[in-house]
Amino acid sequence: MIEKRDRIRGISAAGNSKMKEKDRERGSTGSSFFCLFFFWLFFTFFYFSCSLRPGQKGITVAGSTSIQPFADQWAEVFMARLPGRVINVQGGGSSAGIQAALSGAAQIGMSSRELKPEEKVLKEFIVAWDGLAIIVHPSNPVDDLSLEKVREIFAGRIISWKEVGGLDRKIHVVTREEGSGTRGAFQEMVMHGERITKKAIVQDSNGTVREVVAGDPYAIGYISLGLLEPRVKAIKLDGVEASIENVVRGNYKLIRPFILVTHGEPAQEARDFIQFILSEEGQNLIQKQGLIPAKLVCLEKLKGNSFK
Amino acid sequence: MRIRKDREKFIRLLLLAIALSAISILALISIFIFSEGLPIMIRRGFKAFLLSSDWYPTEGHFGLLPMIVGSLLVTAGAMIIGIPLGLAGAIYLTQFSSKKVRMVVKPMIELLAGIPSVVYGFIGVVILVPFVRDNFGGPGFSILTASLILGIMILPTILSISIDSLLALPPAYREGSIALGATEWQTTRLVLLPAARSGIIASIILGMGRAVGETMAVIMIAGNATSLPRSILDPVRTLTSNIALEMGYASGEHRQALFATGVILFIIIMILNTIANLTSKRMSS
Repeated sequence: MIEKRDRIRGISAAGNSKMKEKDRERGSTGSSFFCLFFFWLFFTFFYFSCSLRPGQKGITVAGSTSIQPFADQWAEVFMARLPGRVINVQGGGSSAGIQAALSGAAQIGMSSRELKPEEKVLKEFIVAWDGLAIIVHPSNPVDDLSLEKVREIFAGRIISWKEVGGLDRKIHVVTREEGSGTRGAFQEMVMHGERITKKAIVQDSNGTVREVVAGDPYAIGYISLGLLEPRVKAIKLDGVEASIENVVRGNYKLIRPFILVTHGEPAQEARDFIQFILSEEGQNLIQKQGLIPAKLVCLEKLKGNSFK
Repeated sequence: MRIRKDREKFIRLLLLAIALSAISILALISIFIFSEGLPIMIRRGFKAFLLSSDWYPTEGHFGLLPMIVGSLLVTAGAMIIGIPLGLAGAIYLTQFSSKKVRMVVKPMIELLAGIPSVVYGFIGVVILVPFVRDNFGGPGFSILTASLILGIMILPTILSISIDSLLALPPAYREGSIALGATEWQTTRLVLLPAARSGIIASIILGMGRAVGETMAVIMIAGNATSLPRSILDPVRTLTSNIALEMGYASGEHRQALFATGVILFIIIMILNTIANLTSKRMSS
C-alpha cells in the first residue's frame, strides 16, 4: 500500500517536475520568440517612422545658411502682409537646398554659389548680391593685395607676411569648411581650381572666421561683405576697396549671387514670395543689412570679372 | 494560481522588452552607421581612408589619417593632463585632507562636469588660444590648447570616481598598514591605490571616452586643419569635429565619407575600451 502510494507520489512528482521543465522550456522558447518579435517590431516601427512625412502646409524654403537669415526676414514680413500664407525657412547649406528643390522636398531652394552644370535644370532667380571681403587684423600693415597674391597665400605658397610687404611673421590662413557656399564662391573666384592649403585653420561660420581674425594679428580670412566690422580690416584688392559702392560700380571683383531656385516654373504661392522678395520693399529689407539688391548690379558690367 | 503565473510572465516579458529596447537602440545606431559608411569604404578601399592624408571630399579624396592622428593626439594630451591632476586630487582629498575640505572641494569639482562644453570652448577661444599664441607661438589653435581644455573637462570624471573607489575601501586596510609602521604615503602607494585599482581604471576609461567623443569644444579650439601635425602647436582636426563641421553641407559621397568617419571612430573607441579592459584584467590577476 505504502509502496504503491509512494510510487504514485513518485510518478506524480516526476510528472510534476517534467511538466515544470516543459513549462520552463516553453517559457524560454517563448521569450526567444518574443525577442525576435520585439526586434522586428522595433525595426519596422523605425522603418515606417522614417518614411512618414509630416503634413506640409504652405511652402518650404531651404538651403544656404548665408541666405537663411535674410529669408527669415522676408518670410516674416511676407506672412505679416498676407495672413494665412505659411513660409517655412530651413537651413542645410547650398547643396542641400539645391537637392531639396530638385527632389521636391522644398518648393524653393537657396544657393549662395553658382549652380553646377548638372543642376542647371532648375530655374534661377538672383535675389541679391553679396561681396566677399578678404580680412586681416587691423594692426596688420598690409592693406592692398593683388588677387594673384591672395591666391598664393591661400594656396600656401606665400607663407610669410614679409613676402607681401608686412612683418616677418608666418601667415595664419583661416578658411571655411568644405562644402560651405562661401568657401565654394571663394574657391571659384579666387583660387581658380587651386586647392586651399591643408594647413589652414577651418572655422564653420562667417562669424567665427571674423572672430579668429579679429583676435590674431597674423591671420587672414574671408567673410561676407555685409558682416564687416571695425574689429577686422578688409584689404583692398588690386587697389579697389571692398565696399558696396565699388560692387555696384562693378569695380570690386569678388561678388557672388544669392540665388533662389525652383524646379520648373514656380507655383502660385512660391511665385508670390519671390515677387515679394524682388519688390522694392523686399530689396530694401536686405539693403539695410549690407547686401546688394539684385537690380543694382548690372550683369553687363560683370563681363570680364571672375563671376560669369 | 494561473492568473498569478500569467502576471509573473507578463512582468518578465515587460522587463525583457525594456532591456531589449536599450540594446536595440545601440544595434540600430551601429547598423545605421555601418550601412551608410561601409559601402563607400569598400568601394574606395580601406587604404584610401586610413593611410591617405588628402581630405578633399568634394573631389573624391577621403584620407582620414590626419583626423585619426588628431583624435589620438588630442586624447593622449588630455589624459597626460587629466590623469595626474585627477589622481593627485583624489589621493589628497581622501588621504591627507580633512573631511571638511573634501565636503567643500568635491562638489565644486563635480560642478565642472555640469558646465556645457560650448562654454569650455568659448573660454578656450577667448583666453587660452591667445595665451598659447603669444607665449608658445603658432596660431594658438593647436593640439596643446585642445589637450589643456579636454584635460580639465575630464578632470571631474576621473577625480570623483577615483575618490569614490578610494573611500569604498575597508578602513582596516589603512589602519593595518599604518599599524605595521608604514608611512601615510607608503600606505597610499602600496596598499590603497592597488586595492582601488579597478575603480581608478574605470574612471580613466570614462574620462578617455569623454575626451575622444568631445566635439563642440574641440571644434572651437583645435583649428580643424586637415594636415598632419608636425608639433603640438599645429592645428588639428579630430574625427568628431570632421563629422560635425561638414555634416551641414555634405551630400552624396561626401556625406557617406562622413559616415565612414563615424565607422572609424566607432572602431577606435572599441579598440581603446578593449585595451583598457584587458589591462585592468591583467593588472588584477
